Amino acid sequence: MANPAMSRVTRVRRHLPTSPWLFAAPGLLITGVFVLYPFVSTLVNSLTDRRTLIPGHFVGLANFRELLHDDMFWTGLRNSSLYVVGVVPALVILPLLLALLVQKNIPGITFFRSAFYTPVVASIVVVGLIWVWLLDERGLVNSLLEAVGIGRVGFLSDQWLLLLSAMAVTVWKGLGYYMIIYLAALANVPRELHEAAAVDGAGPVRRFLTVTVPAVRSTMVLVAALSSVAAFKVFSEVYLMAGPSGGPAGEDTTLVMLVQRTGTGLTGRVGYASALSVVVFVVTVALMLLVLRTDRREES
Amino acid sequence: MSVVEKVRPAPAPSVPGEARVTDEHGRRIRVWELVLRYALLLVVLALTVGPFLWQLSTSLKGPTEDIFSSPPSFLPSRPTLHNYERVADTIPVWDYALNSLKVATANVVTNCVGSALAGYALARLRYRGRRAATLAFILAMLVPVEGIVIAQFTTMRELGLNNTLIGVVLPGSIGAMNVLLMRNAFANLPYEIEEAAFVDGANTWQRFLRIALPSVKGTLAVVAIFAFMGAWDDFLWPLIVLSDPSRFTLTIGLNYLHGTFANDERLVAAGTVIAVAPLIALFACLQRYFFRGVGEGAVKG
Repeated sequence: MANPAMSRVTRVRRHLPTSPWLFAAPGLLITGVFVLYPFVSTLVNSLTDRRTLIPGHFVGLANFRELLHDDMFWTGLRNSSLYVVGVVPALVILPLLLALLVQKNIPGITFFRSAFYTPVVASIVVVGLIWVWLLDERGLVNSLLEAVGIGRVGFLSDQWLLLLSAMAVTVWKGLGYYMIIYLAALANVPRELHEAAAVDGAGPVRRFLTVTVPAVRSTMVLVAALSSVAAFKVFSEVYLMAGPSGGPAGEDTTLVMLVQRTGTGLTGRVGYASALSVVVFVVTVALMLLVLRTDRREES
Repeated sequence: MSVVEKVRPAPAPSVPGEARVTDEHGRRIRVWELVLRYALLLVVLALTVGPFLWQLSTSLKGPTEDIFSSPPSFLPSRPTLHNYERVADTIPVWDYALNSLKVATANVVTNCVGSALAGYALARLRYRGRRAATLAFILAMLVPVEGIVIAQFTTMRELGLNNTLIGVVLPGSIGAMNVLLMRNAFANLPYEIEEAAFVDGANTWQRFLRIALPSVKGTLAVVAIFAFMGAWDDFLWPLIVLSDPSRFTLTIGLNYLHGTFANDERLVAAGTVIAVAPLIALFACLQRYFFRGVGEGAVKG
């Protein structure tokens, strides 16, 4: 930016030498102390046997070796990974269909758009508890299932049904958020494309696949990236629906639940929890790169 | 998928005198399509808002009313606020609400002030290290909070701020993403106006406060709303940092209520309604900022 005005600003600096840093200081301080420093200290702690009240010693990769033999770690990794597999396709496709449904400006549509967004606004704790009650053995969903003759289902007592129910809640809460992202993308799809396709005799399904999907492809990749990272880090839904110990025999524990359970409290194993956190970082970054790479490969 | 497939049936004959509803391009929408759209909208409405209404209904049902009946009764036969009184008797729910309000308000103030200042510094001021500062915020934005909560907790202990509301607020008090949002907002302003003010002798503070800041009110509103919502709804961090029940926020208090009185559905329902009602009211008043926030956050995040 060889802007002459900019160089004049540079001259001001001589009068107020500390001013720019004064502006940035609070933000840098908070970010440094509460985000970047904890990040570095997580990496360092993962190589120690530190506990909440006991400063640790360097133990090399012992924590990571322990991980490999820890059944709970594999359970957590399995559940968090399954969460990505179950949640991401639904969150890429369903909000797009929802966006198509609310795209046309028919009377009352702003009301529907807002109503569909309500689950996003509510706290995950509220949402979790609402669904715990809905899916209860004696709750509304089971009452309805019984009324139509299917009979009651133990959504919250079976290990796999519990995980599936939690995934459904995550999708339910995320629909409105990604719907808004897709609405913005759909607004940029030129109408001429749809009309040309219609003239060529393409029906709605064909137009959806040949016009809409290619036009919002980059948004779909963005949604896939955002939702896969969020899904892998799932904590609250499963914590609330399966309980702090992670369902029957802890079989529904996710990786972040394990981090929370291992690292907090007065006897928390900070070193081991940090090693678990490092796994969370690595998988998160890997997921991002994977999604972005699939994107590039499809393009070429 | 059903959305699209069902729209397929061949062109409907245009009925004379049918309602003239048009889409955003001024084309008329056929009646059968309109009926189908509203039918689907109502189904989705029942699925998204229904659970909240069921919770509200449960919270208003008295102790003598059967809440487990099949088929279910959707409306309370004799609505009562009894369960809300019971919540207040069971946990100090109004103190928790006040704690949540304090935390959320503090989060709004610190995020607005801190990210506006830092965003202006990144967008407009020339100084050595500006690139490094921008990079620091970008890196911070990419760090997943879930991966550093344990280290944040030990840091908070070292500062003696664990188990305090200040400790709840501090880590997210100036969000890196908000700083970058403000930076982009400032960078998109035409520079000429500030240049003119500079020629007139305005210093950095004057240009920031009088010229730049009033022009980015929209983005600032987005930051404020998402800071409020984020703090009000947050669960993992307060769960880790707060251990003293007298300092709980609403979300942690609700978790406690559910953990202790899980079998009292009416009570838990009343608690969740207390926690969610303020945010739904806020959302109803300020919808467009919520939607703008999603757009801006998603594109830049």
